[in-house]
Amino acid sequence: MTDRSAPDTFPRIGRVGLDGLLVSFGDRLTEAGNRAALAFRAAVERAAPDGIEESSTSLVSTFLRMDALRTDPLAVAREMQALLDSRDWYAEPLPEGRRLWRIPTVYGTDLAPQLGEAASAAGLSPEAAAAEIAATRVRVQTIGFAPGQPYLGELPGHWDIPRQQALTDRVPVGALVVAIRQLVLFSVSTPTGWQHIGQTAVRLFRPESDVPFVLRPGDEVIFDAVERDAYDRLCKCGPDGGATCEAIR
Amino acid sequence: MSRALIVHQAAPGVTVQDLGRPGYLAFGLSRGGASDRLAIHEGAALLGQAAGCAVLEMAGMGGMFEASEATRIALTGAPMRASIDGNAVAWNASHFLPAGARLSIGPALAGVYGYLHLGGGIATPEILGARSAHLAAGIGQPLAAGARLPLGPDPRSETGLTLDPEARFAGGTVRIVAGYQTGLFEPDEVTRFGETVFTRDARGNRMGVRLNPEGAGFAARGGLTVLSEAIVPGDIQITGDGAPFVLMAECQTTGGYPRIGAVLPCDLPRVAQAAPGVSLRLRFVPMDEALAAERRADEALKTLRRRITPLVRDPHDIRDLLSYQLISGAIAGNEEE
Repeated sequence: MTDRSAPDTFPRIGRVGLDGLLVSFGDRLTEAGNRAALAFRAAVERAAPDGIEESSTSLVSTFLRMDALRTDPLAVAREMQALLDSRDWYAEPLPEGRRLWRIPTVYGTDLAPQLGEAASAAGLSPEAAAAEIAATRVRVQTIGFAPGQPYLGELPGHWDIPRQQALTDRVPVGALVVAIRQLVLFSVSTPTGWQHIGQTAVRLFRPESDVPFVLRPGDEVIFDAVERDAYDRLCKCGPDGGATCEAIR
Repeated sequence: MSRALIVHQAAPGVTVQDLGRPGYLAFGLSRGGASDRLAIHEGAALLGQAAGCAVLEMAGMGGMFEASEATRIALTGAPMRASIDGNAVAWNASHFLPAGARLSIGPALAGVYGYLHLGGGIATPEILGARSAHLAAGIGQPLAAGARLPLGPDPRSETGLTLDPEARFAGGTVRIVAGYQTGLFEPDEVTRFGETVFTRDARGNRMGVRLNPEGAGFAARGGLTVLSEAIVPGDIQITGDGAPFVLMAECQTTGGYPRIGAVLPCDLPRVAQAAPGVSLRLRFVPMDEALAAERRADEALKTLRRRITPLVRDPHDIRDLLSYQLISGAIAGNEEE
């Protein structure tokens, strides 16, 4: 529980602030760690134990927010440790109800000015880079940072390119960016250190809709390449921007 | 037309706020809500209404407002120069705002965030269960001149009450707890962090506040970035140049900078209300002491209403003294002003 002497073994439970627990399944992104974090959170949500107010996942960890004043945090942590010890979370399957999305994407052009730079960092021509990303089926590993915003992966090893030191001032909603073998599809307009390689017309956060958050962890996405004029048309057809989905069976 | 607050003029950082939207962390949406949550509770106590009522948060400066019908108001948080039709009114107090009167709220005299509470609360439509603007998420936006905010029904009528606020507008010491990443820093560095005097940087907003250390910055052993993990308001990230960044109400939900600790929720208003240039110290406390402090703060919130007293007006503060009817009529002592 206390952190300075914590051994480097996983899974393990640490404290986040006064009322948070972090159940970590690794110190780097792995597919098994990602599945473990999703499965552990699903189990906590099913059990709905006293004293847990809310839970979420990031890449390879599950975060639990406790009601620290009305329950004993140490007792909650012990209960979570017992759940953690109850099975091999790394062997758990992906969540139920996953979907495959196809999201039309313009690669490069003035809409996504960093395709050339990112491709070169990955050792590819811009055309080869765009073709490779468009042909890769990636999975939503986590939703986070901004509302409804997915981190997707995992790309082949040559895409292990660093984030930029200097931030891009602002990328628009729907920007597809790349770094460290992952894609992010921006749900808000924000500064970023990731490289802007594609532009979509989809809005992933719709605060006033019945479905405010579009993607879920475990969903898979193909970023189909379209031409600039197709994109301009899709911008006019509502928040989906031409995105479609089907159940993964 | 129903009761409304009319905005004639608004400084750039005026937004509708409440206690935020808990429960959306898994979807990447942080709770948000007022930067100084204690001020929300103080205003609710002054007006005798629920703490869930939406209010106006004013960053550094207020604006010019008018009520379409007579309305009760309360002013809390960072003290600002306020007047009704040119007559100065007290901060940390409730007042009667007649229909058509102009409420002017000027710059903060100390602290950062002032709050204007309205009897019945602001009744704009809820989005995802709350009315607060979450600018980083694109929910709502700062108010502009011409806005008309509907107000909820107000069954009460008492005004002229005041509350001595907990001092938090001039920096000082805030308590922090260690977390699972504190061990990424050398023990000597952690000790030095707890002894360092920081100055609140000019850079700061509803997402986070940068603090400049007196002396050298801080660095984690493992280097600049760690795996991106869940973050919460109060977390203290150490950014690239070694300066800590305290995450506030509208922070992102995950982050990859190492965190040396986290500010206690009950001390976060003190960080929010530290104006640029003010000094802060961040003192590590053990978890049991932190929990005890948080419990006391929670108890204090419940007893806020008992600390309310009638507002006694100092004749020196009444600029329009000569216009008052000082001798006529019977005074019961509980009339509205």
